[in-house]
Amino acid sequence: MGFDVLLKGSNMSRLLGGLGISLEISLISVVISIVLGVGVGMLMTVNNRAVKAVTRVYLEIVRIMPQMVLLFIVYFGATKAMGLNLSAEASAIIVFSFWGVAEMADLVRGSLLSIPVIQYESSKALGFSKLQTYIYIIIPQIVRRMIPLSINLITRMIKTTSLVMMIGIVEVLKVGQQIIEANRKSSPNAAFGVFATIFILYFLACWPISCLSKYLEKKWS
Amino acid sequence: MNFGVIAEYMPLYTEAFFLTIKIGWIGIAISFVLGIAVAFIMHFKIPVLSAISKAYIELFRNTPLLIQLFFLYFGLPKIGINISAEVCGALGLGLLGGSYMAETIRSGLDAVPKSQTESGKALGMKPLLIFKDIILPQAFATSVPGLLANIIFLLKETSVFSAISLMDLMFTAKDLIGLYYNTTECLVMLVIFYIIMLLPVSLIGSRVEKRVRYKMFGA
Amino acid sequence: MGEILTLKNVSKSFDDLVVLDNVDLSVNKGEVVVIIGPSGCGKSTLLRCINGLEDIQDGTISYEGDVGMVFQSYDLFPHKTILQNLTLAPVKVKKRNKAEVNKEALELLERVGLLSKKDNYPRQLSGGQKQRVAIVRALIMHPEVLLLDEITAALDPEMVREVLDVVLSLAKEGRTMIIVTHEMQFAKAVADRVVFIDGGSIVEEGTAKDIFENPRTDRLKRFLQTFSYEE
Repeated sequence: MGFDVLLKGSNMSRLLGGLGISLEISLISVVISIVLGVGVGMLMTVNNRAVKAVTRVYLEIVRIMPQMVLLFIVYFGATKAMGLNLSAEASAIIVFSFWGVAEMADLVRGSLLSIPVIQYESSKALGFSKLQTYIYIIIPQIVRRMIPLSINLITRMIKTTSLVMMIGIVEVLKVGQQIIEANRKSSPNAAFGVFATIFILYFLACWPISCLSKYLEKKWS
Repeated sequence: MNFGVIAEYMPLYTEAFFLTIKIGWIGIAISFVLGIAVAFIMHFKIPVLSAISKAYIELFRNTPLLIQLFFLYFGLPKIGINISAEVCGALGLGLLGGSYMAETIRSGLDAVPKSQTESGKALGMKPLLIFKDIILPQAFATSVPGLLANIIFLLKETSVFSAISLMDLMFTAKDLIGLYYNTTECLVMLVIFYIIMLLPVSLIGSRVEKRVRYKMFGA
Repeated sequence: MGEILTLKNVSKSFDDLVVLDNVDLSVNKGEVVVIIGPSGCGKSTLLRCINGLEDIQDGTISYEGDVGMVFQSYDLFPHKTILQNLTLAPVKVKKRNKAEVNKEALELLERVGLLSKKDNYPRQLSGGQKQRVAIVRALIMHPEVLLLDEITAALDPEMVREVLDVVLSLAKEGRTMIIVTHEMQFAKAVADRVVFIDGGSIVEEGTAKDIFENPRTDRLKRFLQTFSYEE
């Protein structure tokens, strides 16, 4: 069935190395998304028309543009339009963060608005500054709501890393294809075994994380 | 930007656009049928089938569509099952979507209070009739926002069809960039066609959501 | 007057917890039986068992015709109009003629003063109005026996009366009903027979006069005291 190919030479460790790159890209992007997303989300609660319009357009772009299209725009477009020579990895991280920041920001905005006005008012009455109110009162309340959803975002990012091979990053799927190519003669059925293995690898990478996310969501809701 | 180039590429893009839409919506239709069936099985906790459904949902929600498609398209022929790229695309999208639709519909079903089933029973209604006339319509109404989000998600996912050599929008853009290096024009057209494909769904989405609520509950 | 509903040695338990213990009860045609008792004594479970919503572990329940039930939380179907709520079951379950069912539904709505609400959705009605609709929804199935499970418990005080008036008028026209309630004044007014349940079994039963004015057991006396205030 073509699973034997994986036992040959360093094939399996190469696949795992590819998976490592996928995970690395998603983790870096998630960290950027959380940090910037919290900032942008707080900005979105500001009552300013221009800010509202810009963030709305931003959210709508992320909502309707496939990540693949964004990847192409950044990887091919930025290189050409701005003369930047972005590496494929950097392009991937930019796109994933662009997407992640929007999702996190929308989440932060939603959580912030769900906190009753009385909380802000009573903090003010106690003499907290605006910044102190956020740090001591508001943010601790929204963190619980956000953690499960940000964990969920990680799994979606890991899944989406499968796209980056389309712009030439050698991650797990690309390694898989290379292995299939290299062994075309000796094991013609490699495609089944290799793709089945990658399928399982992705599943093993994502499933525990989504279970954790579900668990925390239930526990904290 | 060179508008001559845009005019020249237009027919190719239009063709690719309709192919993408066709396979996308066939996939979405499959995902609805599959999603309702799986949600039904899990709601009634039908033995064996509901364990299979659970495994199916977890497997497809936790793996990327691209690898599902590769598996269907390149993997299955090796064990003697041959399907065309178009069938593969629609089927892959349908399988992925089915797992998302099932989750959404199931949580809608679970949100209908148990007392609704009981008052149906008290009126002598059979379980299937209760499901069809009382539970499903209410579950559907609460699921509408989720279902629309799924539709948008699935339409976006069509962008990976190019990987199995379906001549969709992505494939066309990539191909033309590779051949003639008119990167800007190609990317602009790509974006515009995706906007045409998704913006109406996204906008109608929020409208329909309100209207369905109104119709369902008269509030 | 013949017996229309008979319970013999009915026992019911949830796992280890015994909720009903050897209950015997028979109801005659046209009789209104009111069941009273402390919270958790098993009175609601008794109704649910009669209606088949709960399984029983022992004993037999037999009755003629259909049994209808009205719940504390009304449970109208929120996605259907008032009229549709009434016609759904008769048309789909009893396969009755739709025009005929419509006509009957409108007559019944008129009777409970809600004809003008026929095209509204449940959400647009007050609690008392919803409960009156729920009663009509049970009536239109032409049940031989009507079970009412604390139908005023979830209502605001000013709406209790409008619902109980409907029940009183049903009693006057000779409907067979089993009513679980905490409204003791109402129980006195409507009951042909009052049954006091405590700890899953029938402790005392008799006419409203017997039960409320001459309680024999300590348990019933104590229960009734919780409803009165020393002056």
